[in-house]
Amino acid sequence: MSARNRILILLVVALVAITTVTGYALRSRDGSGAAGGASGVVRLDTAGQILFRDTAPGGSFGRIASVPIDRPGGARTTGPMLCDRLYAAHGTGICMQRKGPVPSTHVTVLDHGLHRTRQVKIEGFPNRARVSASGNMLSWTTFVQGDSYLRDDFSTRTSILDTRTGRLVNSIEQIPLTLDGKPYRAADLNYWGVTFASDDNTFYATVRTSGRTYLIQGDYRKWTAHTLRTNVECPSLSPGNTRIVFKKRVNASANRPWRLYALDLATLKETPLAEEHSVDDQAAWLDDHTVMYGLPRHGGGWDVWAVPADGSGAPRLLIHDANSPAAVTTHR
Amino acid sequence: MYISTSRAARPASPEAPATPGRRRAWAGVDSNVLALGSVSLVTDISSEMITAVLPMYVIFTLGLSPLQFGALNGMYFGVTALVRVAGGHAADRWQRRKLVAGSGYALSALCKLGLLAAGSSVPVLGAVIAADRTGKGLRTGPRDALISLSSTPQTLGRSFGAHRALDTTGAFLGPLAAFALLMATPGRYDTVFVASFCIAAFALVILALFVRDRRQPLEQHERATVRDLLGLLLRPGFRRVGIGVLLLGAVTLSDSFVYLLIQQRLDIPEEYFPLLPLGTTGVYLLMAMPLGQLADRLGRLRVFVAGYGALLLAYLMLFGPVGGPWLVITTLVLHGLFYAATDGVLMAAVGPMVPEHLRAAGMSLIQTGQSLATLASSLLFGAAWSMWGLHTALAVALTVLTVAIAAALVILPLRQESTT
Repeated sequence: MSARNRILILLVVALVAITTVTGYALRSRDGSGAAGGASGVVRLDTAGQILFRDTAPGGSFGRIASVPIDRPGGARTTGPMLCDRLYAAHGTGICMQRKGPVPSTHVTVLDHGLHRTRQVKIEGFPNRARVSASGNMLSWTTFVQGDSYLRDDFSTRTSILDTRTGRLVNSIEQIPLTLDGKPYRAADLNYWGVTFASDDNTFYATVRTSGRTYLIQGDYRKWTAHTLRTNVECPSLSPGNTRIVFKKRVNASANRPWRLYALDLATLKETPLAEEHSVDDQAAWLDDHTVMYGLPRHGGGWDVWAVPADGSGAPRLLIHDANSPAAVTTHR
Repeated sequence: MYISTSRAARPASPEAPATPGRRRAWAGVDSNVLALGSVSLVTDISSEMITAVLPMYVIFTLGLSPLQFGALNGMYFGVTALVRVAGGHAADRWQRRKLVAGSGYALSALCKLGLLAAGSSVPVLGAVIAADRTGKGLRTGPRDALISLSSTPQTLGRSFGAHRALDTTGAFLGPLAAFALLMATPGRYDTVFVASFCIAAFALVILALFVRDRRQPLEQHERATVRDLLGLLLRPGFRRVGIGVLLLGAVTLSDSFVYLLIQQRLDIPEEYFPLLPLGTTGVYLLMAMPLGQLADRLGRLRVFVAGYGALLLAYLMLFGPVGGPWLVITTLVLHGLFYAATDGVLMAAVGPMVPEHLRAAGMSLIQTGQSLATLASSLLFGAAWSMWGLHTALAVALTVLTVAIAAALVILPLRQESTT
């Protein structure tokens, strides 16, 4: 084959490839406009609603949305904002999204009308977000690739923001920690999944060091923390502050590793919840008796499920095509 | 046979390796090496697009936990190592280097569509990732053999330098292309997969049209056997290089560690952390060619060891008195120089030590040894860290690297290496 012919073939192939990619991109962009729920105004201060991340395929994928708490299967309202992870309480919200030409996680603090009040850019992938019941204390976790000595290992970074003073603790890793009663220091400390009590000072979270995870109780003002027990991840404190629902590692392999458990803080008694699927989420409380969580569907997609927090009953599908739920029960 | 015609077509004496100057330097590179470099450039755009978006896709669209993703991504390492040697051996045995390399490229291209088809099925996704790695393992040895067989002994370093510079340019562009696409079609990872497939297919066409195979006439006794391959280990030169490479590989800390230390020393805004690896890559792609040429003149193994010296200096910088932007710049430059002086240069050094009919497998063998040693170093350092704490572990790592470099100066056949 002559050089000219070869170059000709190459040009034709290049043209076909460019056309294919452009066509595909344009088509998926058009498709994006069509499907999805009714777009409208999503507010954080309307009581009696569940906020969530819409994961219905189409244009509303990844957007903040809401349904009435008494009709969670009903029509949803989809807002304009894109979030990978979100949470809200008492008119304050957190929206975490990884974006930008050099991708980083943008943590946006939202007021009741979804207006941005503050934005923090951090390394890593959005993982957990929580707002205290009063809307004052915010916390979020990203997981960071390559922060550890073995590639493909993830480590976490957890921040706390006090909206009353504007004070931001970028990484809580330096908090003085008492482990099993003794002061503890280590290079491999990773914190994640903070949940605040209603006093806006006490908080619970998970810490992992030398291969074990612990539930810690922290004191924000004194800036100290101590471990309570092992094998507790992503704690979520009940509205009455008496119980914690968490994910417990029940399987060493990556196949179905976790199960949701409830922990009574007075007696430290554990109860497995009725959900038998592996749940990788920081559960959110729907009311004082029920938690909800995102569950990936077999074959792709997500749904939000609910299950009684005392081990009774059975899980039920709460919101189709959704994850990252947050119940808004109080007016601001 | 292509080999005789193309070799004869080139002037017997290579165009003055002593004259520097960029244009001259590129002119001295065989067109087959440039073609292979273009294939690598385009393929790397395609594969790095996927690497950049895969975690986001798997975790936020498919709903796998980071733990599952880590398990998915970390396994199959052993498979890749074996496939690499097998691919090299097959290419030698049937003297079909272009075909074996081409199958590797084709398999990886198909895997981009496999990602679309896999949906959220973890086993299928795992199989697709494994197949993609297999494709990469298959092609590396035969490709490097083609590069070395397309060069004269005097220009090996320059050829590998040119190839690695092109290859790294692709790795540089891939993530940018992926994120640009995602900005145009937010959340649509399928667009990235389709684009990545088209780009990989385009690379395959370049390979088919512009890369010439290098085949030696097969004589009865020359058909490479596994025994021949193992026999390489008995050759003193090859064995000494192998031992030196294993030794140095086993004391090299992973890249992420260098970036982690820079982050810990400096208070730079977190959102800029992902830019650090780009610094290393940038220096690597700029310096691959000049250092390849330098290696041709000074001796390739010498430049290879000097590369580890640059790495040692980079580690020392991280503990030295210098801080601020100079720390970042100097460390990243040294780190980039380390890659430019070791990666392609090692292949240029190994090439002439392996008979032509065993070239692909011999090179694969060295590469496999190197990656196994690096894995071992990660595990060892991890263990040292949790046992003794970070600072002691680092001090040990620095000492061991220094000793290993000194030992490598004795072990590697520096004198025997022919320089022009």
